[in-house]
Amino acid sequence: MSALGRVVRGGIRRRRVQVVVIALTVAMAVTAAVLGGSLLVASRAPFETAFAAQRGAHLTAWFDAATVGPDRLSATGSAGGVTAAAGPFPTASLAATLDGNTLPPMALVGRATPDGDVDAVTLTEGSWASGPGEIVLSADGPRLRLGTRLTAPGLSGSPTLTVVGFARSVSRTADAWVVPDQIGTPAGYQMLYRFAAAGTAGEVSAGGTAVTAGLPDGALTGTQSWLTVREEAVRMIELFVPFLTAFGVLGLVMSVLVVGNVVAGAVGAAVRRIGVLKAVGFTPGQVVRAYVWQALGPALAGVVVGVVAAHLLAVPVLAQAEEVYATTPLAVTPWVDAAAVAGALGVVALTAWLAALRAGRLRTVDALAVGRTPRSGRGRWATRLAARLPLPRPVGLGLARPFARPARALAMVAAVAFGAAAVTFTVGLSASLRQVQVTRDHGGDVVVDARAAGSPGEPGPAGKPGEPGQGPGGNRGPGGPGRGPLDADPAAVAAALDAQPGTAAYHGLAETDAKVAGLTGSASVLVVTGDAAPFFHLVTGRWCDAPGEAVVPTPFLTATGTRIGDTVTLETARGAVPLRIVGEVFDTHDEGREIVTPAAATGPLALQPEEYQVAVREGTDPAAYATDLTAAVTALGLTARPGEPDELEATLAINALTTMLTLLLVVVAGLGVLNAVVLDTRDRVRELGIHKALGMLPRQTVTMVLASVVVVGLAGGAAGTPLGTALHALVVPAMGDAVGLNLPPAVLDVYQPLALVPLTLCGLVIAAAGAALPAGWAARTRVVTALRTE
Amino acid sequence: MTVIDLHGVSRRYDAGPPALDDVSLTVAKGEAVAILGPSGSGKSTLLNLVAGLDRPTAGTVTVDGVRVDRLSEAAAARFRRERVGLVFQFFNLLDDLTVADNVALPAQLGGMTGREARRRATELLTALGVDRHADAYPGRLSGGERQRVAVARALVNRPALLLADEPTGALDTASGAAVAQLLRDLHADGQTIVLVTHDAALAGSCATRTVRIVDGRVASDVTAEPVR
Repeated sequence: MSALGRVVRGGIRRRRVQVVVIALTVAMAVTAAVLGGSLLVASRAPFETAFAAQRGAHLTAWFDAATVGPDRLSATGSAGGVTAAAGPFPTASLAATLDGNTLPPMALVGRATPDGDVDAVTLTEGSWASGPGEIVLSADGPRLRLGTRLTAPGLSGSPTLTVVGFARSVSRTADAWVVPDQIGTPAGYQMLYRFAAAGTAGEVSAGGTAVTAGLPDGALTGTQSWLTVREEAVRMIELFVPFLTAFGVLGLVMSVLVVGNVVAGAVGAAVRRIGVLKAVGFTPGQVVRAYVWQALGPALAGVVVGVVAAHLLAVPVLAQAEEVYATTPLAVTPWVDAAAVAGALGVVALTAWLAALRAGRLRTVDALAVGRTPRSGRGRWATRLAARLPLPRPVGLGLARPFARPARALAMVAAVAFGAAAVTFTVGLSASLRQVQVTRDHGGDVVVDARAAGSPGEPGPAGKPGEPGQGPGGNRGPGGPGRGPLDADPAAVAAALDAQPGTAAYHGLAETDAKVAGLTGSASVLVVTGDAAPFFHLVTGRWCDAPGEAVVPTPFLTATGTRIGDTVTLETARGAVPLRIVGEVFDTHDEGREIVTPAAATGPLALQPEEYQVAVREGTDPAAYATDLTAAVTALGLTARPGEPDELEATLAINALTTMLTLLLVVVAGLGVLNAVVLDTRDRVRELGIHKALGMLPRQTVTMVLASVVVVGLAGGAAGTPLGTALHALVVPAMGDAVGLNLPPAVLDVYQPLALVPLTLCGLVIAAAGAALPAGWAARTRVVTALRTE
Repeated sequence: MTVIDLHGVSRRYDAGPPALDDVSLTVAKGEAVAILGPSGSGKSTLLNLVAGLDRPTAGTVTVDGVRVDRLSEAAAARFRRERVGLVFQFFNLLDDLTVADNVALPAQLGGMTGREARRRATELLTALGVDRHADAYPGRLSGGERQRVAVARALVNRPALLLADEPTGALDTASGAAVAQLLRDLHADGQTIVLVTHDAALAGSCATRTVRIVDGRVASDVTAEPVR
């Protein structure tokens, strides 16, 4: 081993605490970076690969067949910016029935073949429809078997269609395909376009404007951008990216702080050793390299631990992506590993090099003369002031200590601040996620329906990935859509609910499915009777008070390209009905494919309630209330049961990940304090000996060392708490964006002023925890040994 | 009355020869004893054992009626601040505290209020002629002045025993003579003093009794009238 190698090995062995601190800090930063980067890559890569393979449609457009014909639509394929086009394909809304049960409406498209210049759909099972009477279903739709026979009453002649295949369109252009002749007289046409430029919403929109230029007003009934489809496909994974990025940045900053402090501290505490090294012939460059390698050694161990931890943690999250795309197993992309490792080691090397430059610049004679005795003179005003305070002397001595080493104290403050910021951010994120649960769950505390009391609920329609398997109404798991209206007289039910003590609010609810232009698959229409406003959280706009009005979640607006004030047409099994959107509500159910509207007196939305959702007054036990209410409504043929809160699976994963990363960050912050206090204790070991020789008790020594981090802890907490709240204000809306949601104030404004006080004090806890170990060591230091260290 | 009673005391470090080997010694109240010996003879080890800074490998150490060799760390610290005053060769003043705060520190560690401790410190600094430096930092004082401050600090809790380890070792001749005079004055006032030194002249001028240690053993124990 070379002389430099021996010096590095000796330095690492002498500073075990610092070695652990650097390794853990780097491990934490690498874990967050690899995890965040991998998820970001994994979330997009499968979609984009499949989209490219299918030559996916950048824009899917639906046109009204009564307004524009196929010839004019074919001509739109040669509009400026269009590189490929397919269609026009005849379209219809299919409300098929199976064994007498109506299936949700499906967007049906007539296509002779699955191939084409655009949207070459992939057959996953069976074959393509070869003639009338055959249908191919979307592989992402209802789970039926090949050979299943469906009745299509909406099509000409109410034909029976046999399922001959399943196919997947990455562009999600249809729920089912038949040969064009099967549709007969089409209600509309579908055109599929690829553009030369479609990387942004603006470019896709510009392409849409180009292809529709010159078409009659009202010809275009809906569009769907590939960006929206991609967002829906990747949203569950992208949800994780903003906060993992935040932790990655925090980890990186902590790495710089801790490594810089460790190396600078090591140089400061080993001035004499540096002098000796130079005296025996080491060049300044070799001395600097020795200290850089003393940091890089433990950093290498840290990156190994970090990469392994990230790979293990990525498994459950990436498994979700595999389910969505049904692709080959996803794994962490190697270049993400390489980038994180190179980045972390680069940052450590640069920080260590900057901190070690002082070692190279030290003059040999000065280094030998100065040794390790710290320069005194700084912060004496604080010592003098503390001596006058009516505090026990060890406390006063400790309080003044940070002012003698301001740079080291500032590094400690920064470490504590980032730890406190992580705690504040995590507490806020957790509170926001709780609020998401509360605000998205518009089901009542108690549900009144026609089921027998105490019957277990059946699962509702299959949930989307990351969603519970419930109907969009939250608590309306039993039954689901199509249960049929209650026989009970609404007025009698209302009277019973009004008379029941503990009732806060209630509304009747019926549900139907509808096809809306711009949405593949069906949307759930929640038809409410009575005042349902207290059950929903408005993001913007107003509540729908009258029939013909509706409120919708953000993803609905995004997917359909509509805004508040626009009118959408719902195609239900009972006919079409226009609704004007008057408000945006916060709702994550069914990926936001939901419309809430008051029951109409006539028409397709003149629906009797299928159940009643009841909110009870604060302090009322829902179970007891349900029991009492059941007694009152049994005569009406109804029963009451407590509602079941639903929970996002992602919440558990996010909470677990943030808690783990926060713990890591807090541990690193505590280790940063520990490192600084160890250095401080070593620097002042002679003073410690003097104190003890003069009669300072071990507990007084502990008190003094702990008091030395009080100012640091308070300052770190005071700085970290606003940093954490700022991070929350940045990251949580970004998470909302990732899933296409605007978040209501209830989700964003989660920090109560009084709750910030304990969060600020957590800086003190981190600092005290970090100082506890060296305080114990200081208390146990033998006086004779300490006094000899002159 | 016996202030120090060492009985069969040995102190051994690692596998080498003992630093102290079966030393027995008593010091009466009001005595000024010089422990004299060459470098490495074990005299500082003996002082450390008496001050409760170290523990013997064998034997008993009793100071002012307290079995020092049995004390825990906390009890030893309490013992030092209540019964022993320590003066070091290199003063061991705390650079970041003013002279007055240095002197007051042991009293405050013992629970005395800040005001009382500072009054006591001022009293001692005046008595030792360095009160004009009360608000200065030790770094600005001469060696002799620093040692006077160190003596004041050692006396702040009115200890039964003053232990001085080479108190003039880091001083010039004039300052050393002044400190020797100070020790004589303290002894004249009744203070029991144990002085560790390799300087026979200092031992002769300050002590009423000289114990010579060689290779960890008591080589001689001579009582003599101090030079006045």
